[in-house]
Amino acid sequence: MEEKKLTAESLNNSDAALLQDIEDALANCMKCGNCQAGCPIYRETKKEFSVARGKISLMQAVLSGKLPISEEFDTIMASCLNCKTCSANCPCGVKADDLILRGRNAAIKARGLHPVKKTIFSLLSNRPLFNAALRMGGMFGWLTFKDIPDKNAVFSRFPVPGMDPNRATAPLASKPLRSQYPEVIKTAGAKHRVAFFTGCTINFMYTDMGKAVIDVLTENGNEVVLPGKQHCCGTPVHVSGCFDLANEMAKHNIEVFEECRADYIVGACGSCVEALKDYPKWLKDEPEWQERAQRLADRVREISEFLVETGYHTDNLGRIDKRVTMHDPCHMVRGIKITEQPRQILKSIPGVDFVEMKEHDRCCGSGGSFCLAHYELSRQINDRKCKNIAATNADYVCASCPSCRMHITDGIVQNHMPQTVYHPIQLLAAAYQKGREKA
Amino acid sequence: MEKMQLAAAMEKIVGKENVLYSPEALYEYSYDATPGHSYMPDVVVSPGTAQEVSEIMKYANEHKIPVYPRGSGTNLSAGTAPLDGGIVLLMLRFNKIIDVDLENLIAEVEVGVIVQEINDHIAQYGLIYPPDPGTVKTASLGGTIAENSGGLRGLKYGITKNYVQGLEVVLANGDIIHTGGKNVKDVSGYDMTKLFTGSEGTLGIVTKALLKLVPAPEAAKSMIAVFDTLEDAGNAVSGIIAAKIIPATLEILDNATIRTVEDFMHVGLPVDAAAILLIEVDGHPIVVDDEAKKVLAVLKENNSREVTLAKSPEHKEQLWTARRMALPCLAKLRPTTFVEDATIPRSKIPQFLKIVTKASADHNVTIGTFGHAGDGNMHPTIVCDLRDEAEMQRVHDAMDDIFKGALALGGTLSGEHGIGLGKLPWMEQQHGKEGMNAMKAVKRALDPNLILNPGKLLGEC
Repeated sequence: MEEKKLTAESLNNSDAALLQDIEDALANCMKCGNCQAGCPIYRETKKEFSVARGKISLMQAVLSGKLPISEEFDTIMASCLNCKTCSANCPCGVKADDLILRGRNAAIKARGLHPVKKTIFSLLSNRPLFNAALRMGGMFGWLTFKDIPDKNAVFSRFPVPGMDPNRATAPLASKPLRSQYPEVIKTAGAKHRVAFFTGCTINFMYTDMGKAVIDVLTENGNEVVLPGKQHCCGTPVHVSGCFDLANEMAKHNIEVFEECRADYIVGACGSCVEALKDYPKWLKDEPEWQERAQRLADRVREISEFLVETGYHTDNLGRIDKRVTMHDPCHMVRGIKITEQPRQILKSIPGVDFVEMKEHDRCCGSGGSFCLAHYELSRQINDRKCKNIAATNADYVCASCPSCRMHITDGIVQNHMPQTVYHPIQLLAAAYQKGREKA
Repeated sequence: MEKMQLAAAMEKIVGKENVLYSPEALYEYSYDATPGHSYMPDVVVSPGTAQEVSEIMKYANEHKIPVYPRGSGTNLSAGTAPLDGGIVLLMLRFNKIIDVDLENLIAEVEVGVIVQEINDHIAQYGLIYPPDPGTVKTASLGGTIAENSGGLRGLKYGITKNYVQGLEVVLANGDIIHTGGKNVKDVSGYDMTKLFTGSEGTLGIVTKALLKLVPAPEAAKSMIAVFDTLEDAGNAVSGIIAAKIIPATLEILDNATIRTVEDFMHVGLPVDAAAILLIEVDGHPIVVDDEAKKVLAVLKENNSREVTLAKSPEHKEQLWTARRMALPCLAKLRPTTFVEDATIPRSKIPQFLKIVTKASADHNVTIGTFGHAGDGNMHPTIVCDLRDEAEMQRVHDAMDDIFKGALALGGTLSGEHGIGLGKLPWMEQQHGKEGMNAMKAVKRALDPNLILNPGKLLGEC
């Protein structure tokens, strides 16, 4: 009896040790509960373990040896969209989103990685295999998916493990973006050499977004480089708490983009761009890599940020006579803090009637893989977003993030709404196209 | 095993999905926003109807199990901490605004609704529900009724008790009673509505309230005034009231708070000033104009070295940065934050602030004070580190000086946060043995088995 008690205690002690280095950061939470006001999950569940205060308290319970890192600890840490609303509004400046990732990291160390994630991540860690699998998926996409007209979305014909059968998702492209272009797209008298970090979703699913980015970049006199060896930015792995693997992916990308000697590295997905800008933070324990990551990060721009900073033509834009509203993806508004530039671009297009929706900076409920694991909850969160979209009577919804595009498109389909979701750059590309047709 | 029995009994009443008892879940409901209070409950139960609450209370009363009603758990007096095990009664499923009666200006609201949601809902009718505690975006109505919360507008508009006109309450024995009603005048029997408002969950479980609503003011004018001495600032506060003007807000920031905010925000605050006053008058546009002029005159008469009138709503937001950021900036100084709410007659503000400054120096603890000068409700905010035992002793000693000082000035221990556990040690000093006995008699009459939020407000009963 006595021996068993000691074992449990020593287990708790080793779990506590996993969180030791964030003890001070956790102690800064004064438990005011202000995070309840913004948390999209708490808004639906009204349960303390949904919100940052609860998760921080739970980590402190582990730290003090009161509780072990249990399966429920793991589940509670997983129940977060990483939308950063809590951190943005914390009166004490606690970076709860980072601390929750640390909690996930500790859970992996104490309990191992979830088997499903283990399989996906091992595929993700092998770049050639990952590329081949997704390319094959796209070639036979028509077999598995049924098109939804005008939405660039599909329903699955067969049950897919881990996915709700009624969910509208993005189609896998029959040919990935990077296979459609040469590695270097030359422009005569180029102003800048710009490397395009496509990200997985744009490369394998939303190639229309990628094409728009390339069109707009070349239209504005930039040479575009599409490094073939670029890999997933690492965000899905990093936010799962698998820091080691995410850091390996970061290093790979740093090497690839160092090689292409571009003036800028441009991305069109808020989460990818945030990752590239955050690599120095990810690699803080390896000073040499951190320095290389910093040199890269200094040249990283989100596409609208790049265009507004370096200038873009507005004299040859055709009209788009549509009412347009915009959703601010979490990693855009609270991650890299870019909200004005995409609006500026949309408003510069002749004919666009721009209207703000209510709560435009609130999470759409996607949270990357969160919406796969918690589809019903992420739908509830998304239904609020759809209600706000409907109230604007907009024709188009713009979002600078492919995951948001996918999840909001699903919401629009489920709620039988007329809107189509685009990346802001797609409207700019379309306006250039119309301008050319007129001329 | 007993705990499993309790959980099973609760599941029978509210359904499996509304009962939590895993160690993780219990830990999540062991605390509220008060530093240093964490006690494990046996079960967390979320009822959805007054009938279910009644059944829970009957069971708890029969088995003498403590019950702690809880909303968002954002209170600052450990009012919801489950001191003695038992049932945490989570009231957030009571989430409906049932009715807004525009002819009688009464809203019928369940206690789990967040206060801000009430205001968001009634804005369409040009009405407001004035009590606006700092936690207005998170606090549940039930929590603000239990604590009788105030807020920034207390001086002109009053506090929660002035707006609660009727209640549905489940008593300790499971009886469901209805107090008050929609009548403006109502002297039928004891005023049970006022008795339950501010009772901190020790007398009954409130499930629904009838709330008085008032028309939203048409116009407002804001200004900020800087003072070199506390006396001048204090005289200005009294002077404004003496000029027969009741501002909607009349806030004060002391020097420690001004310096802290400026350190973090760099907004150009006068770090050498003894105090800043922030004033807002609201109402009919013509009256507002006239009152703003009179307030300006009073501020100048009392040697304010600088007065700025807000030119636009954006400018107002800018001017009020100092007040809005006071607590966040103080809280960032150290890990642990105690926001106290000792309150004194408004004429005693300068003396009180000197007591706080002396306590801070005598015991070597960091205290910034801001608060609602108009109604004398001060917030001495003590920042420290709960993990440092020696420092916590000094914090307690400083609190002792502050509370005793407030009482000596004819003040009270709490203006709006409640007694809970945090201020128990000073209760008898304020109310005397006889006063405490009278309150305990009320408690025993309504809760003979002492199962409702035991140990709070009165301590041992």
